[in-house]
Amino acid sequence: MIDAENLTRKFDNLTAVDNLTLHIDEGEVFGFLGPNGAGKTTTVRMLCCLIGKTSGTAKVGGYEIGNAADIQKIRKIIGLLPENVGLYEDMSAYKNLDFYGKIYKLTETQRRERIERFLRMLGLWEKQDQPAGSFSKGMKQKLAIARALIHDPKVLFLDEPTANLDPEASKTVRDFILELKKEKHTIFLNTHLLDEAERICDRVGILKTKLLAVDTPERLRQSLWGTKTVIQLESVNDAVVAAVKKLGSWQTEVTGNKLIVSVSNPEHHIPDIVDAVGKAGGRVQSVTQITPTLEDVYLKLVRS
Amino acid sequence: MDLQNVWTIASKDLGIFLKKKSILYSTILFPLIAAIGLPLVVEFAGQAVGGIPATALPGVIDAFLFFFIIGAASLPVGIASYSLVGEKVEKSLEPLLSTPMTDGEILLGKSIAAFLLPLLAIYAGATIFAAFIDAITRGQLGYFYFPNASMAVILFVVVPLVCLLSVEVLILVSARANDVRAAQQFGGVLVFPFVVIYVAGEIGIINLNTTNLLLISAAILAIDILLFFLSRGTFQREEILTKWK
Repeated sequence: MIDAENLTRKFDNLTAVDNLTLHIDEGEVFGFLGPNGAGKTTTVRMLCCLIGKTSGTAKVGGYEIGNAADIQKIRKIIGLLPENVGLYEDMSAYKNLDFYGKIYKLTETQRRERIERFLRMLGLWEKQDQPAGSFSKGMKQKLAIARALIHDPKVLFLDEPTANLDPEASKTVRDFILELKKEKHTIFLNTHLLDEAERICDRVGILKTKLLAVDTPERLRQSLWGTKTVIQLESVNDAVVAAVKKLGSWQTEVTGNKLIVSVSNPEHHIPDIVDAVGKAGGRVQSVTQITPTLEDVYLKLVRS
Repeated sequence: MDLQNVWTIASKDLGIFLKKKSILYSTILFPLIAAIGLPLVVEFAGQAVGGIPATALPGVIDAFLFFFIIGAASLPVGIASYSLVGEKVEKSLEPLLSTPMTDGEILLGKSIAAFLLPLLAIYAGATIFAAFIDAITRGQLGYFYFPNASMAVILFVVVPLVCLLSVEVLILVSARANDVRAAQQFGGVLVFPFVVIYVAGEIGIINLNTTNLLLISAAILAIDILLFFLSRGTFQREEILTKWK
């Protein structure tokens, strides 16, 4: 659904996005992670044909960005929730959506049906006649998502959809995105909330001007160090460490009375490790596993 | 260009303007004061010396009609600045720009909204003004002064061109202005050339007759065309998102 090949955008001497190559399948929820100024919004703006590219190519729904004949076609199949929701605060919730429905040439019946559906789904139906300016941040965010969906776009770009929302509003928005996932919308989610990305996204990309990594959250975590097994002992001695190292070429480290072993398949190897530790005179108190979080991966990549 | 899109934008903006009391009142107030106040001046000026002489009346009335041109220069400023800078401040342009609408359709829709409301207010004010003037001066002049060619040129040629000029200037100002008031203050400068023309007419430097009004219109039309191309260049998605302050 989205294909970018060496997509680059420069502003004078500043490179905002550098040689981005990316493929996103239809129906996929893709999370784009990166610190502020990493180029996430610039990427979305390029893919939405809001700003031009400096070099490279990208296609959205098979249409090429930057190609004059395709730009309008891309705009018809995408929906955008920008970082700032940008509602018409003096207009009612209903009229905000109706206005966008008219832009996308929906009939009056289609507009009425879709507006009612989205406002009911988001719990805003009772407030349809209230000005958007009177809404809370969470309600505004929900209304803006409904606006981006009014024409049933194939690709939905969400730029920081839960930024500045309280936990309850964030959860409502996240749940709504998960509902959309069930409906097979392709969703491009810009966020710096790693927990959100992990919960919602099929795959994530980590961007810092260049794309540093792209994979499923699970595989990214595994790529950092696999799984670490922490063996708490009464005391650690050289014989215990040597016995463990004899079993395989695993990375081991000793912290206090803890022996930490990085193994790729812990379920298979832990019984042997515990056995070897016992035979070497070690007394095992507990065995636990620690898995790297997406945050560990993110911080390692962004700081490197 | 899809005119339905243009009207969708224009009607949305008009709907917002009509809800904003500050915009509504400021649009109505000037034409209303001119429509009622200026005929009262004609009625009561020089009472002590028997009023304005019949021979001087046409000159006075024509000069007063020029106030509607000044109104055409000033009224769209408030509306256009809200339409463009207001939308920039509220950050509502980005979602709009991500739709299939073209830059030209958005710009034209906004321009029509900012142009239409002041134009209608001025036409309504001028109609009331003409009716009062006719009622007041009919006895002294022996005929209805309005409608006449001068009024037709002012209302149907000069006023629309000046309204358009005002809107186009505001589009250019919008690219640099960070708030609605700053844009209004800058746009307000536009009134001065017309005040200067009015004063020049009053002190006899130029004669504001129909021919000269048409010449002034031709000059404004040329400026309008120039500003149209400049504003088209300014109102582009990339410019708005990356260069508008």
